[in-house]
Amino acid sequence: MNGAASAEVRVRRLDPAAISGVMSREVANFRTYWRGTTFSSVLEPIIYLLAFGIGLGATLVDRVEGIAYVEFVGTGMVATAVIFSSALPAMFGTFVKHRFQNTYDAILAAPVDVEEIVTAEMLWIGLRASFYGCFPLIVAMGFGLDPALGMLLVPLFCFVTALGFAGFGITMAAIVEKIDQFSYVTTLFVTPLFLVAGTFFPIDQLPEWARVAANFNPLYQLVELVRGAAFGFESTDLIRFAVLVAFALAMWRVATRRLTMRLID
Amino acid sequence: MKAMAVIELKGVIKRFGQITAVDGLDLEVPEGICLGLLGPNGAGKSTTMRMLTGQVIADAGELRVLGHDLPHESKAARARMGVVPQLDNLDVDVTVEDNLAVYARLYRVKDVRAAVDQALDLARLQDRRREAVDKLSGGMRRRLLLARGLVHRPPLMLLDEPTVGLDPQIRTELWTLIGRLRSAGTTILMSTHYIEEAQRLADDVAVMAKGKIIARGKPDELIAEHAGRETAEVYAPPDRLAEVRAEAEAAGLAVRPAGPAVAIVGSERASDGTVPEDAVRRAASLEDVFVLLTGEEAE
Repeated sequence: MNGAASAEVRVRRLDPAAISGVMSREVANFRTYWRGTTFSSVLEPIIYLLAFGIGLGATLVDRVEGIAYVEFVGTGMVATAVIFSSALPAMFGTFVKHRFQNTYDAILAAPVDVEEIVTAEMLWIGLRASFYGCFPLIVAMGFGLDPALGMLLVPLFCFVTALGFAGFGITMAAIVEKIDQFSYVTTLFVTPLFLVAGTFFPIDQLPEWARVAANFNPLYQLVELVRGAAFGFESTDLIRFAVLVAFALAMWRVATRRLTMRLID
Repeated sequence: MKAMAVIELKGVIKRFGQITAVDGLDLEVPEGICLGLLGPNGAGKSTTMRMLTGQVIADAGELRVLGHDLPHESKAARARMGVVPQLDNLDVDVTVEDNLAVYARLYRVKDVRAAVDQALDLARLQDRRREAVDKLSGGMRRRLLLARGLVHRPPLMLLDEPTVGLDPQIRTELWTLIGRLRSAGTTILMSTHYIEEAQRLADDVAVMAKGKIIARGKPDELIAEHAGRETAEVYAPPDRLAEVRAEAEAAGLAVRPAGPAVAIVGSERASDGTVPEDAVRRAASLEDVFVLLTGEEAE
């Protein structure tokens, strides 16, 4: 057995073959656990919609910003689905692969670098989340939300947002020392971000400082974009989309840097 | 003509904070040989292995692998070497063939299916190909790990303690596989702290301690140079062992602990009476060399 079969590998950065190879590993693993993940991704928005949309909508709130409350929550829940199917899987997935399974040792022994690993994992999580993010919208249609042409853009909005949060999750996994420190991350970042994103109540009822702060929350931008898709876009939506792209790019760089620091001595 | 060196390390230094893990390492691995890197735990073997794959960046020194300078050409070098890690890092929920296919892709193999088939043959796992890895026995997992590192048929293999913690039977089985690889002409760098493993598989042995190579040569040469022809082992109560030891050392002989015994190395050079009558005389071994040079008892 000699070198006849080992290929000459292009040594450039971000080689598509390396990225798709790492993604194929994610897909092979996903095939073994997709049922559980999909089950909760489908059922959770239904539970939330029943609890908030129907429960709150029938008793306390009727309409918000001229929209039936169930439709308001249904469109907003897209953002919740996105953060829970991106930040959390990225965080736990990266940590487990690094600390418990030594997966990265094997991948990095192949002609693949950390930047390609991060890119592949962000893309894969982005794709998954662009799919799961649509479920609340589909469920809300069952509760009376009218389909709109703009909704075809929702997977793209979810994808870009999920890229950013996947980068965030990978970054956190590269920083924490122990898995239970993720409690701080979820309590300090994930929960406030998804609660104050305009999902369950409109942001413009909040004090001014909170409204300003909300603009820095990518989930708020996503919520507004999804509502634009369902009820009509505004010219500011282009800026909102640009913010999400910038967030994804920034997190990609930060995640690459932090994971490199963690994996390369 | 001297064979081209596949691995060339010159004056390599790596520090982790206060600890110098690799301290001025010089190492050459010529094409086509199996070099056993033998050393106690903490000698710097794993750090050396990780430097060769670009996962540890040296603080100083020159590193060339397959003609590529590390670390900046590490990716090109990695494409043409296979690595078998110390720890099993297979994807346990995924099938045997998918584990291989993923790495065939990562190594840019053109015909993934053919590469997977070939690796399955090598690991003798054709009939288990569609089973999840966690259904395999320990020996099968180890064979799969080796086959995964060979899926792109690299001219160079790095084996990092390939049989650490394995049952004797599985170990023998892996040795057979590694031996076959070696006869097929693959250059192998194998770190180990098992003397027997080095003795059986390595053409050349480099003894590493405290981050450098302290001896290098063919096992026979190393034994002749550092140990001599014969070793005498004395089994006795501790008091008597201490006396035997003191006497032998006074006579200028090297003595090392050997579990419940002491071993007088180079006993053929002893004058009459220095080696007790009841001593067990045997041929000097690589283990004698290892313990004398590193000061640590071997496994």
